[in-house]
Amino acid sequence: MTEQSDLLYSETEDDLRATVRALLADRAGHQSLLDRIETDDPYVPGLWTSLAGDIGAAGLLVPEKLGGLGASHREAAVVLEELGRAVTPLPYLTSAVVATETLLALAGEGGGPAAELLAELASGRTVAVLVVPLSTAPDQEPPIAPEVAGVADAVAADVLLVPRADGLYAVPAGEATVGPQTPLDLTRPLARVSTPPGGGIRLAEGDAARAAVRRGLLAGAGLLASEQLGLAEWCLEETVRHTRERHQFNRPVGSFQALKHRMAQLWLDVVGARAAARAAADALATGSPDAPLTVAVAQAYCSKVAVRAAEECVQLHGGIGMTWEHPAHLALKRAKSDQSALGSAGRHQDAIAALMDLPAPR
Amino acid sequence: MTDAEELRSLTRKLLAEHPPATTDRTDFLKARFDAGLAWVHYPVGLGGLDAPRALQAVVDAELAAAGAPDNDPRRIGIGLGMAAPTLLAYGSDEVKSRFLRPLWVGEEVWCQLFSEPGAGSDLAALGTRAVRDGEDWVIDGQKVWTSSAHIARWAILIARTDPDAPKHRGITYFVCDMTDPGVEVRPLRQITGEAEFNEVFLTGVRIPDAHCLGEVGDGWRVAQTTLMNERVSIGGARIPREGGMIGKLATTWRERPELRTHELHRRLLDLWVDAEVARFTGERLRQQLVAGQPGPEGSAMKLGFARLNQAISGLEVELLGDEGLLYGEWEMRRPELVDFTGRDAGYRYLRSKGNSIEGGTSEVLLNIVAERVLGLPPEPRNDKDVAWKDLTR
Ligand SMILES: Cc1cc2nc3c(=O)[nH]c(=O)nc-3n(C[C@H](O)[C@H](O)[C@H](O)COP(=O)(O)OP(=O)(O)OC[C@H]3O[C@@H](n4cnc5c(N)ncnc54)[C@H](O)[C@@H]3O)c2cc1C
Repeated sequence: MTEQSDLLYSETEDDLRATVRALLADRAGHQSLLDRIETDDPYVPGLWTSLAGDIGAAGLLVPEKLGGLGASHREAAVVLEELGRAVTPLPYLTSAVVATETLLALAGEGGGPAAELLAELASGRTVAVLVVPLSTAPDQEPPIAPEVAGVADAVAADVLLVPRADGLYAVPAGEATVGPQTPLDLTRPLARVSTPPGGGIRLAEGDAARAAVRRGLLAGAGLLASEQLGLAEWCLEETVRHTRERHQFNRPVGSFQALKHRMAQLWLDVVGARAAARAAADALATGSPDAPLTVAVAQAYCSKVAVRAAEECVQLHGGIGMTWEHPAHLALKRAKSDQSALGSAGRHQDAIAALMDLPAPR
Repeated sequence: MTDAEELRSLTRKLLAEHPPATTDRTDFLKARFDAGLAWVHYPVGLGGLDAPRALQAVVDAELAAAGAPDNDPRRIGIGLGMAAPTLLAYGSDEVKSRFLRPLWVGEEVWCQLFSEPGAGSDLAALGTRAVRDGEDWVIDGQKVWTSSAHIARWAILIARTDPDAPKHRGITYFVCDMTDPGVEVRPLRQITGEAEFNEVFLTGVRIPDAHCLGEVGDGWRVAQTTLMNERVSIGGARIPREGGMIGKLATTWRERPELRTHELHRRLLDLWVDAEVARFTGERLRQQLVAGQPGPEGSAMKLGFARLNQAISGLEVELLGDEGLLYGEWEMRRPELVDFTGRDAGYRYLRSKGNSIEGGTSEVLLNIVAERVLGLPPEPRNDKDVAWKDLTR
């Protein structure tokens, strides 16, 4: 942790949170999600334009001279907390974070295809996704193949960023075949993507291309922690609310100590998750040399907390937690799929072991 | 209002007038107290300057850089963390100016006479009696688990003054002189082999009325000040990465490749992550305090540290294999310092068991989080409006 590491929320961030929360409450309530998740297009119509364009959330990471708002990972993290809370289907993590950060590594001072594309992404007019399996960790080489499965939000993409043996390419979605798969998490669609060989524009080659992809994935993993935090927080709040109201044995079930202790324990974990997610967002925002370690710590911790929170939410709701009508399963499916997204906890722990010189036995 | 610049120059003035290298340790600490640089948020004349609490860090950094002596907070933790804030909030002017200076300087050690054989988590059930006799109170009863009673000059004490009132309403809070002939301290050996805490027998102990803190019968409210400060006292200091118990375990791991197994590796990394997150949580709490928005994270810290310290030291004993089966020494001692990270892994493992009991058990703290932070319904109670003397014990 560097001296300047700031783990609190600024007033601007609180305002941004309020704006995003109000938008999501108004347009993407759980009922509307439940109504859409089984269709081919789970994204709420017009919501992306409002969030990305009107609020400008897609351009938070992009400097003003490249067409963005010139904010930072701290603000983007707050948007993700809210998207996690509401389990909103939107290509924010994939386009506004991973693809955007990948392009930022290549955009230089402006000009060139990467910078042009970045400006489009920042405005929210164009959605781009990196063609790698959702599970790819920041320290992992993405698979180079004509067809890649498990690509998140590819169905919403206008442009595909495709790592190939000789560099990173931008391929218009119209030139590719995108075959939807059936995801565990119905709010983050997955697809099989095949792109024609030789198509698209080369954005970078060799080490520059690899470094750009790594930077995109690192930012994605770091900010995914904030999505997991928001999700865990919602699960805890809903569980507390429900168990205070639900009566059995002539008492609110939330007055039984076995349940109280489980919820209190979860609160402790959420407190830790908030500190870890903030540390990761801050390390990314300040370009700290500590970022790879802090991101790995946040991922290793927050992914577990989110899954536990969602599992507790289902369990402590009893039968109603098992029903399709109740939103608990949206959170559970998102949390479980987030656990594997951008590297499993175990992979991130291996990264920590390497960075901190805590080697495995020979 | 005192700002950082002013505090820095006051600290430099103190250092110039009392160079640590040539000044007697106690004299230096007294001068620091008198300069208002002991705890800057305390009132002027009582070791402080009425400055924002966060600015203490400025003073501490200057003093540390100059190699100035400290007042050994590990030895006088109860005085600093619990007695002082209570004396400040409830003591008369005479009481405050009599006790705070020697307390802070470390000339007088304090202990806490709260727990009794029949009253621990349910502290308000205590039975030690205080009966008025002229200008004095006369105390009879038994206290237990009293840390540092063997080196303490003074004690904070709660005792029952009205057995006919419900248990929370008949308690009064006192400052007790540990040299009174009616005070008998007997060592209580603990699982580490040493005797950090004691049994304390109180027989006809006389306490002047002037040493009563708060109103007669209002001791439970006064005790809340003490207990709150006890639970929130962590989180002030910044610790570096691997600064706590995890550092010991990581060092052993690095230096002893022959001990490594895959299963232990996974558990080591789990705990390493937890320890790092606990560090961030502490840092966040500190930043909240500085920003003047203290959160309820204080209770999270105590609970988290107890769990972590126990898991880390437990893993260390396991990692050490045959060596972990040995113990430094079982010799019965009465230590002056509480040392959580000291000595060997076996000692650390055993001592850390106290972390989830002392200062409120983890179970009781979880109740507090559930009810006060999350707003879950309270436990049903059958002791609230019953006179203390009619309760089953
Ligand atoms: C190392 C050490 C130093 C100490 N130093 C001091 C000191 O200096 N001064 C002092 O006054 N005291 C001191 N204590 C005492 C300490 O505060 C008490 O031990 C503690 O509050 C628990 O009380 P008890 O021991 O009576 O346990 P009990 O209250 O009898 O608890 C027994 C078990 O029941 C559980 N339990 C009790 N009530 C509840 C509930 N409502 N819900 C769920 N579970 C419950 C507890 O968590 C525990 O597991 C010290 C203790 C230790 C271990």
